[in-house]
Amino acid sequence: MASATGNKKMNNLFFLLQKEFRQIFRNPTILRMILIMPVLQLILIPLAADYEIKHIAISVIDLDHSPYSKRLTQKIAASDYFQLKEYGSSYQKSLETVGDGKTDIILTIPVNFEKDLIKESKSKIHLAADAVNGVRAGLGTAYAGQIIAAFNNEIREEWVQFPRYVEMPQIEITSANWYNPHINYYLFMVPGILAILVTMVGSFMAALNIVAEKEVGTIEQLNVTPLKKWQFILGKLIPFWVLGMASITIGMVVAFVIFRIIPVGSYFTVYAFSAVYLLGILGIGLLVSTFSDTQQQATLFAFFFMMIFILLGGLYTPIESMPEWSQWITKFNPPAYFIRVIRAVFIKGSAFSDLLPDFYAMIAFAIGFNWLAIRNYSKRSA
Amino acid sequence: MSGVSIKNITKTYEKGTVLALDNISLEVAPGELFGLIGPDGAGKTTLFRILTTLLIPDKGKATVAGFDVVTDYEDIRKIVGYMPGKFSLYQDLSIEENLNFFATVFKTTFEENYHLIEDIYVQIEPFKKRLAGELSGGMKQKLALCCALIHEPKVLFLDEPTTGVDPVSRKEFWDMLDRLKARGITIVVSTPYMDEASRCDRIALIQKGKILEVNTLEKIIKKNRQPLFAIKAPNRYKLIKDIRAFENTNSCFAFGEDNHVSFKNGSEGMPQLLNYLNEKGYENLSHKEVEPDIEDTFIKLMLETENHD
Repeated sequence: MASATGNKKMNNLFFLLQKEFRQIFRNPTILRMILIMPVLQLILIPLAADYEIKHIAISVIDLDHSPYSKRLTQKIAASDYFQLKEYGSSYQKSLETVGDGKTDIILTIPVNFEKDLIKESKSKIHLAADAVNGVRAGLGTAYAGQIIAAFNNEIREEWVQFPRYVEMPQIEITSANWYNPHINYYLFMVPGILAILVTMVGSFMAALNIVAEKEVGTIEQLNVTPLKKWQFILGKLIPFWVLGMASITIGMVVAFVIFRIIPVGSYFTVYAFSAVYLLGILGIGLLVSTFSDTQQQATLFAFFFMMIFILLGGLYTPIESMPEWSQWITKFNPPAYFIRVIRAVFIKGSAFSDLLPDFYAMIAFAIGFNWLAIRNYSKRSA
Repeated sequence: MSGVSIKNITKTYEKGTVLALDNISLEVAPGELFGLIGPDGAGKTTLFRILTTLLIPDKGKATVAGFDVVTDYEDIRKIVGYMPGKFSLYQDLSIEENLNFFATVFKTTFEENYHLIEDIYVQIEPFKKRLAGELSGGMKQKLALCCALIHEPKVLFLDEPTTGVDPVSRKEFWDMLDRLKARGITIVVSTPYMDEASRCDRIALIQKGKILEVNTLEKIIKKNRQPLFAIKAPNRYKLIKDIRAFENTNSCFAFGEDNHVSFKNGSEGMPQLLNYLNEKGYENLSHKEVEPDIEDTFIKLMLETENHD
């Protein structure tokens, strides 16, 4: 037993850490979670969960069959946003395709569309959208409205006889997307998923690990030793803090290799925030472990928290567009801060000093959750 | 002073609705090998958990080696070895890793106390690189004992160490306890096996949170001695029912191939029972008087407390 020649005075904590890391590296599930989960999540989710609305299926019901109605149809079909599913003359028939989910929007061009437009200078067209998917319907009608307005302008210009003398006042709205000029969707999603990854490693893997000791009974064996409460807790938190930092590093490598995304801001800011954020999130893990006796219970708790973390964290839906009461909830949701910070550093290049309020919030979370957990953690069941 | 003293300990669970230990008092002398004998659910594990500072009693006071289990728990944790009933070592660490870990937690080393565990360790040494989770039941139990001994405890608490272990390993295990006792370690061991009572210096019979009797095995048996008869007949199930229906029967229990019977009127009951059974038409009946052993004594004491309640 050569390995036992260790110094007697060496700290218990050192041996605890040695034991924890030994167990972690022996556990294929944890390693898989740390190494493969970031890679898979970062590859799959940004590619699949795309918000940009493209390929909206549109049916045009042309009751006019005039050159103008055909021109409008062509204009719509030529757009990137729309896919002309059907060009017919029966509203009823098109409505059926909506029911089948094949068409998102029906555009009806009435009889005498061209005639009314020329003679009376105005005409009406009708847009009907399948609002089962509200985002798609809303954006679809907005896009269609834009195209129709552009078409309207074209016609008006053509009909003005002497453009040199009558100047058409035209206002054109142009937009620029700051920080993400090409609206690169991955640039938005990847940092968010990085934040979620760190959250999962930090909180739930740590919680499950502690609860496993309860379940197997080893915690009881440890409790009948001179080992101190703080040593046991630190012995659990430090390895998962290290793993959390490792997983964000792996995540950033994946983000670069696959999406060529590197933070515009500094790596220091990313790591500084991750370091403090992980402390808070480990506190949540510790808290979960204090009120679960089995890994099954801990998993259920974890599932519940994870839903809140993700859905109220601004990963998918912007916090600003939530109702006011749920915006308040997000103020107590640590991942909401971390997602915002990571995005700001990655996309905007925010410096550490720009994000100080978030940093203080994270320190508060770290102290708060750990305090709760330690208060709840009892070495002796009474 | 490495004895154990328990005074009027009461412990309830589920907000007082389940009585696990009912006003228990016990003294274990330093260097004694003391047995807690009782069936599952008697309260043995609860008592161990109180003595090892894992549980706080509702009432009463207990000391281990002079230290109070509630106030001096940190001192107790340094000097006791505890082997829980359920295997509680790290299944994903090897034999030597477990031993080294528990040695370091107690600020000692494997080498320093090797002499204490040598006898036991040599038996599992060939597998020292094997993960604890992959060991057989007997080897796990030996490893657990090694881990409980590695810091040279003054008092050793062993909760059902032989449950689920084959008879040969059980005997070996008790031999090991004898050698540990010879080193002056106080040992408190619990077991549901009555036959293991004979290996203890003194025993406490425990049932439903109460202590029925505390003494040496011989004295307990002698004190509770009553005429006991072994009766055997081919139709055993019917026989046991008929004997129990007999008016002077005190108790009748299946014991190996026989039925052990005691009577309310002592030895006089036997000829009366034989007449009664002959009337019932039993043939090939064999009977003889037997010396009560610990199991018979336990049943007697158990019935007495039940009737007393």
